[in-house]
Amino acid sequence: MNPLGARPRDLLAVGLPAVAVLIIMPFVATPYQTVLLSYGLVYAIAALGFNLLLGYTGLLSFGHCAYFGVGAYAVAFMVKYFKWSSMELFVLGGVLASAFVSLIFGFLCVRYTRIFFGILTMALSQVLWSLAFKFFWVTGGSDGLRVPTPTLLGGVWAQGPGSDKFDFLSRRYYFYVLALFVGAVVVMWLIVHSPFGKALQAIRDNETRAEFVGVQVRRYRLVAFVVSGIYTGLAGALWVPLNGLTTPDILHWTFSGKIVFFTVLGGFQTFAGPIIGAIAFNYLEVYAVGHTVYWQLVLGVVLVTLVLVLPAGIVGSLLRWLPRRRRTAA
Amino acid sequence: MDTLIVHALNALLYASVMFLIAGGLSLIYGVMRIVNLAHGNLYAFGAYVAAWAAGLVIGHLPIGLGYLALAAGAVAAAGLGAVLEPTLLRPLYRRAEEYQLLITFGLLLILEDLMRLIWGPYPLSVSALYESMGSLTVGETIYPTYNIAVIVVGGIAAAGLWAFVYRTQFGVVLRATSQNMRMASALGVNVNRVYVQAFTLGCFMAGLAGAIVVPQQGAVLGMGVDALILAFVVVVIGGLGSLEGALVGALLVGVVREAGITFFPEIELAVLYLMAAVVLLVRPAGLFGRA
Repeated sequence: MNPLGARPRDLLAVGLPAVAVLIIMPFVATPYQTVLLSYGLVYAIAALGFNLLLGYTGLLSFGHCAYFGVGAYAVAFMVKYFKWSSMELFVLGGVLASAFVSLIFGFLCVRYTRIFFGILTMALSQVLWSLAFKFFWVTGGSDGLRVPTPTLLGGVWAQGPGSDKFDFLSRRYYFYVLALFVGAVVVMWLIVHSPFGKALQAIRDNETRAEFVGVQVRRYRLVAFVVSGIYTGLAGALWVPLNGLTTPDILHWTFSGKIVFFTVLGGFQTFAGPIIGAIAFNYLEVYAVGHTVYWQLVLGVVLVTLVLVLPAGIVGSLLRWLPRRRRTAA
Repeated sequence: MDTLIVHALNALLYASVMFLIAGGLSLIYGVMRIVNLAHGNLYAFGAYVAAWAAGLVIGHLPIGLGYLALAAGAVAAAGLGAVLEPTLLRPLYRRAEEYQLLITFGLLLILEDLMRLIWGPYPLSVSALYESMGSLTVGETIYPTYNIAVIVVGGIAAAGLWAFVYRTQFGVVLRATSQNMRMASALGVNVNRVYVQAFTLGCFMAGLAGAIVVPQQGAVLGMGVDALILAFVVVVIGGLGSLEGALVGALLVGVVREAGITFFPEIELAVLYLMAAVVLLVRPAGLFGRA
């Protein structure tokens, strides 16, 4: 039932052609399309991390904007206070900061499940939002903080003098994001198919039984929470240079709603669902915003329809449909 | 002393509006076990309809009718609730609660833009209603009479709701359904009808809150999303599903917010969210909730 199934061969069979297409993209698509896809890949990393909690551990967080925002603001602070410009430092700083925050928040949240878990994660993320909003001398308030184009690979890949920023983002930065995205997918695939990943799924399916066979439920949940936070923080750090600016909007709980939306759109019961969902959502949002001021209406109608008609999401529904076809063909 | 009275009145003003919003949210959760993320938008919808209706009246008819026209906001929000529950929520009761959160999140997005579509991007205001009531003197300072009216309406609504839930036959059915839906259903309660009624009542309260704040604050886009999170803080502190809890939570939030605006404006919101987080950690069911 899973396209990136349990065997490494399955991952390669689906993953290699997909990566080949993604590598060719900047050479055939317009720079605008490529930058759009970079946003999609960044969101996909966040959704992948989020789904480790929702799809594999059975915890619905409504506060994942916190780790995305911490990753993004960590980068902005490194620019503001240390005048750094190396993307490697940004990624490292964003990951460390989000790991730290998700360790604290996770420690508090994993004692609860279901609706209490959701509300607690949301309340904690709103604390960060209000701080980012009010402490304007540190965070720039609602104006946010600007982040200039970074240098990649220790300065080897930088935006040359006189060259266009958009050109840089659509080529070098795109490949940079793509490489990290592929790495993130492979690592997540290894995690969910490891004994640790199986233990998480056991917790999701039956907490009491998992406890009885010796799984330390709370500790496993905490580790999953932190891994999930790190993924989302990495996405936040990669997102800032694309956007050029970080504002408290990404710390507001409605952004958490978007991360949930990515995952459900693609299908949270599959490995590839959140990836496809994040990329698809990004296109949907950009085109809705481009064509109408009532883009929230479009997104809302899509979400309501999805929940009522296609609860398995894009990938989940395709998978249910495909094996039936294959069987009848064979 | 005078400033203390003014601060206390402000805290009560804020608490009575928050109680109406959070009480509705809590009532809906208590009966239906649904956390309605679109609840804040029903409050905003009530505010917009009230402002629109009062705007039609003001200038043509006596100003007293303008206050009556505000009630249209509460009625409209209740009507919207009565339509939404059977069409969108009912199919989801048997499904995982993730889906219930998602559909109300989708509803939030839809309502936000419907209001933009109907009333445009600019705020609606009916400050004439606020000003025509004049002001009272409290010692040596003055205080707007309309604010006192809001506190009174909030108090009457709280008392009315209490009487409704604890002193009527409908209230008994409502509480029975809330405690054990299957048992109530087995004893002949029409659960679907109770759900519609509870949801409508919750939306009516949200709409009423919107209607009474509109002369003071106007109706603006985004007011629903902001109100929702504070309503969450209130119900989390008081306990999800508990009306007494919502009342105590609203008073606490009102006092802390008023103190926050005066003494620590930078971290006023952060303190409120932290309060909610601490209560959840120490007593997940809230101060008055059942575990």
